[in-house]
Amino acid sequence: MPTLGDLASVIRSKNAGPFQITIDVMFAAAEDYQRTLKSARFTAAEIARRYRIEEAQVALIPFARVNAIKITIPRRWGSRGSGSMGDRDVYGAQQHGPLVDLEID
Amino acid sequence: MADQRTDEIRIVSVNGMLGYGYEIESLQAGIAIKPHLMGCDAGSTDPGPYYLGSGNSLVRADQIYRDLKPALVGAVRNEIPFVIGSAGFAGAKPNVDLTLDVVRRICKEEDLHFKLGVIRSDVDKQTVIRALERGEIEPMPGAPALTRELIEESSHIVGQIGTDPYIAAFEMGAQVVIAGRSCDTAIYAALPIWCGFDPGLVLHMSKIMECGAQCAIPLAPNDCLLGTIRKDHFLVRPLAEHRICTPESVAAHTMYEQGNPFLLYEPEGIVDIRGADFEQADRQSVRVSGSSFKPTPSLKIKLEGARRIGARAFTIAGARDRHVIQNLDVIERAVNEAVRRNLNDEALREGYQLNFRYYGKNGVLGELEPSTVAPAEVGILIEAIAPTDSLASYVLSLARSSYLHCPFQGRKATAGNLAFPFSPSDFAGGDVYDFSVYHLMNVRDQNALFPAQVETI
Repeated sequence: MPTLGDLASVIRSKNAGPFQITIDVMFAAAEDYQRTLKSARFTAAEIARRYRIEEAQVALIPFARVNAIKITIPRRWGSRGSGSMGDRDVYGAQQHGPLVDLEID
Repeated sequence: MADQRTDEIRIVSVNGMLGYGYEIESLQAGIAIKPHLMGCDAGSTDPGPYYLGSGNSLVRADQIYRDLKPALVGAVRNEIPFVIGSAGFAGAKPNVDLTLDVVRRICKEEDLHFKLGVIRSDVDKQTVIRALERGEIEPMPGAPALTRELIEESSHIVGQIGTDPYIAAFEMGAQVVIAGRSCDTAIYAALPIWCGFDPGLVLHMSKIMECGAQCAIPLAPNDCLLGTIRKDHFLVRPLAEHRICTPESVAAHTMYEQGNPFLLYEPEGIVDIRGADFEQADRQSVRVSGSSFKPTPSLKIKLEGARRIGARAFTIAGARDRHVIQNLDVIERAVNEAVRRNLNDEALREGYQLNFRYYGKNGVLGELEPSTVAPAEVGILIEAIAPTDSLASYVLSLARSSYLHCPFQGRKATAGNLAFPFSPSDFAGGDVYDFSVYHLMNVRDQNALFPAQVETI
C-alpha cells in the first residue's frame, strides 16, 4: 500500500503565524489526490491521533483546483508560540513527519 | 506617481525578504518597464519572538544595505515610489530605526533627495490595556487569552499596519515609505486601492507579491516579481527570463503559510478566492480574475507582542555508546535529580527549566515521532533557561557534568557518556522571549494609531 509520502509531489509544513502549523499536501496526478481524499485512513481523526490533539482542532481543507489538501493544526511545541521555551521547530518546517508514512488505501 | 485615472498599475516586488538578496538583472528589467510602485517586505514572525522582543534584526545591517542600495537608487532616480514594510524584521521602533539609518547612509553616499514617509507601528501598552478592559481584544486562532500582566511584561507591542496609513503617506507626498510592522499585502495594495482598483483583486495580487518570485517555477523568494492590476483582472510575471508562472504555481502559492487557502483575512475585510480563475496569459504571465472582497463591518488590527521570559545556556554533545543510547531516559531523570540536589534554596526559588533534545532519536518531533528505529548515535542538546544568564550557566554546568558521568545499570563505558565537539563546551544563548500578544484589537481610526510622518531628505 503506498504512503502519503509516496503519492504526494509536495508535502510540507510551515507556521501559519506563531500558534498554528499548516501542512500542504500536493499531488501531481488528480487520481492520487482523489484516492487520498477518499481513503478511509486519511481522516481528521487519524491526523489528530498522530499529532495527539483533538479531532475538532484539525482543519482539513481540499483544494481541487491544484490537487492539494491543506491541514491546519495548533502548534504542538513551545510554552507560548514559536520560538518560546521548549520549542523544537521555530519555523514549523519539519512538522509534516507524522503524516509521511501514513498508508493510503 | 500613478494618477487616479490610470488603466493599469504595474508594481515590482523586489523580493520576499529585504536582505535575502535578489537578481540585479531582474530589478533592472523591472525598472525598465516603468512601474508605478516598487515594494519590499522586510519582516516576519517566522523566526520567532526574539527579534520583536529584543528589537534586533535577523537580517544584518550590511545585508539590508546591499539589497536596499540598488533598489532605492533605481526607484528615486526613476521617480518610482518605493515602499518597505515591516522594516528591520519585527517593525518595532529599534527595527525601523536600523532601516532608516541604512536609508540615510545610502542617500548621503548617492546624493539622493526625496520626501520620505515614515509610519511607526508601535502600539502603546495603555491603549492595549484599555482595549482589553473594554472587551475589544480577541485571540488569533490557537493563541492563549491575553491578560494585563502579559501586556505589561511585553518589551514591544506592534500592530500590523493596513492600507490607510500608507495612503495617508502618499497623500502627504511621500516618494519613499519606510513602515513598521505591516500586513504583507498593504505594502503593495495601498497605491492601487487609493487609485480605485478593486480591493479583492488588489489584495489577492498583493498576497502573491509579498513573497517575491516564490509563486514562480523555479520558485525563488529571492527574486523579483511584476504584478499588473487592471479593472477586472491582474497579471503576475517573474522578472527573470528563466522563470515562469503557471496557473497551478500561482494558485498553489495562495495556500502558502495560510491557515485557509480560500479566505484571506485582511484588516480591510475578507478576500474570497473561491471564485478566482487562473489562466496562462503568455509564456511567463498568469492572469487572475474573480477574487471577491467583503469589507469588514469593524476594523480589526492584528497585534504582536513579545516579552522576555529568561536567559538560555546550552551545550551540544554526541552519544555513540549503545548502552548510553538505550538509557537516555534513565540518565535524564538522574541528571534532573542531581541538578536539584546541588542547587541552593535561592537558586531553586528563582526557578529554572532544563530541556533535553535528542537529535537522531526524536529531536524534531518529540513524542510525535513515529519511528522506533534504534539510532547508531544521538546528538544531545542540553538547554537551561533561568531568570539570569549566570543562573542558566550554572544550571547547565551542573547538568552537563552530571550527564557526562552519570552511572546507570549496565554501563560499560565508564569514562564518560558524552562526546563534546567543542572546548569550551557551554554556550550562552542570550535572552529568551515568547509571543505575549498575538491578538486582534478593534480600531476605529487606523491613521490615528499609525500616523504617517513625512520628512525631506
